[in-house]
Amino acid sequence: MGLDPRELLIEERLKDVKKVIAVVSPKGGVGKTLISTALALILSRRNLNVGLLDLDITNPTAHLVLGININELSPKEEKGVIPPIVAGIKFMTIAYYSKDEAIPLRGHEIVNVIREILAITIWGILDYLIVDTPPGLSDEVLEILRLARPEVLIVTTPSPLSLKSCERLIRLLKDSQVRIIGLVENMSYDMSAKIIALCNQYSIKYLGKIPYIKDLDNYVSKLEDFIKCKFMEYLKDIVKKITL
Amino acid sequence: MIKGLIILVHEWALAEALIRYVKELSKERGVNRISKLVIKLGILQSIDRNVLEFSIMELAKINDLIIESLVFEDEDAVLRCRTCSYEWSLDVSELNEDVREAVHFVPEVVHTFIKCPKCGSRDFEIVKGRGIAIKEVVFRGS
Repeated sequence: MGLDPRELLIEERLKDVKKVIAVVSPKGGVGKTLISTALALILSRRNLNVGLLDLDITNPTAHLVLGININELSPKEEKGVIPPIVAGIKFMTIAYYSKDEAIPLRGHEIVNVIREILAITIWGILDYLIVDTPPGLSDEVLEILRLARPEVLIVTTPSPLSLKSCERLIRLLKDSQVRIIGLVENMSYDMSAKIIALCNQYSIKYLGKIPYIKDLDNYVSKLEDFIKCKFMEYLKDIVKKITL
Repeated sequence: MIKGLIILVHEWALAEALIRYVKELSKERGVNRISKLVIKLGILQSIDRNVLEFSIMELAKINDLIIESLVFEDEDAVLRCRTCSYEWSLDVSELNEDVREAVHFVPEVVHTFIKCPKCGSRDFEIVKGRGIAIKEVVFRGS
């Protein structure tokens, strides 16, 4: 009995999800969670059915961006679990269960959590499921690529280390025939030319840049302010360029 | 048999996973009658056995499967510390209700709430008793 029975159920759970978009980057601290959450908010405001899954299992933070009190919200139990709707988004995170505590897990344990969450979560009909991932090519990313076959949005900062890591990631995703929606440059200052060159080299769409926004942290956890902040405005322009 | 039960619990989802798997095996063999299905129930997940049984049997009917005998085997929760190698049994009934419910949905969150009784580390392994698994499927005539 080699196959995990949950995998068969995951197919069923995702069958009414038109598109899964995984937001990935090889480096941490580049703004994946902010971009994932903002992307979900922007799409949901176009009257689309949107889900957001925080797949950063050992360090979930999307709920903090959304400004929700994790102790006061939990999925509804109905032949599985139905994610609560937050700001128009069906939002699922392990933090409903681990609260705001550390959850130290090894690789195979993370895989177990991902399969469990994907198997029990009933998304229903969605136009988009946005998946926030932890940095790198860890179990979370590999497992979502395998189980949900998402399209991928890459986020990078202009730092040379981030760029080099990005190039490795792009090669790997291309080899694996994963569709790359494009690359977003975050915390931009003056290296766009190198990032654009990287995109051209690998025939990837350069979607644009978001400058470093000094006071961005002031808007995190204050959803109404976050929705109106400059970061969202930049991202709205980027979303216009995305062929979804 | 539980009659008229409104299934509001995630045991139904677990049963769906099990039945889908058994259905696949059934298709491969061309046999829809199962003389014995043995399910291992790790006690960490605090599965409601009656609800799970009801869900499995209902889903079997929907999927045109006949299960003649459904057997549940409990498996105690055993944890082993990766730091000091101490191994201990976890008495799930001693956990508070909120923790038990969280672990019910995602057993790995036990790492959030439990630590090694000897050294305090939360880097431990769930050796046994995590959740549900199919232990044995015997098809009629196989």
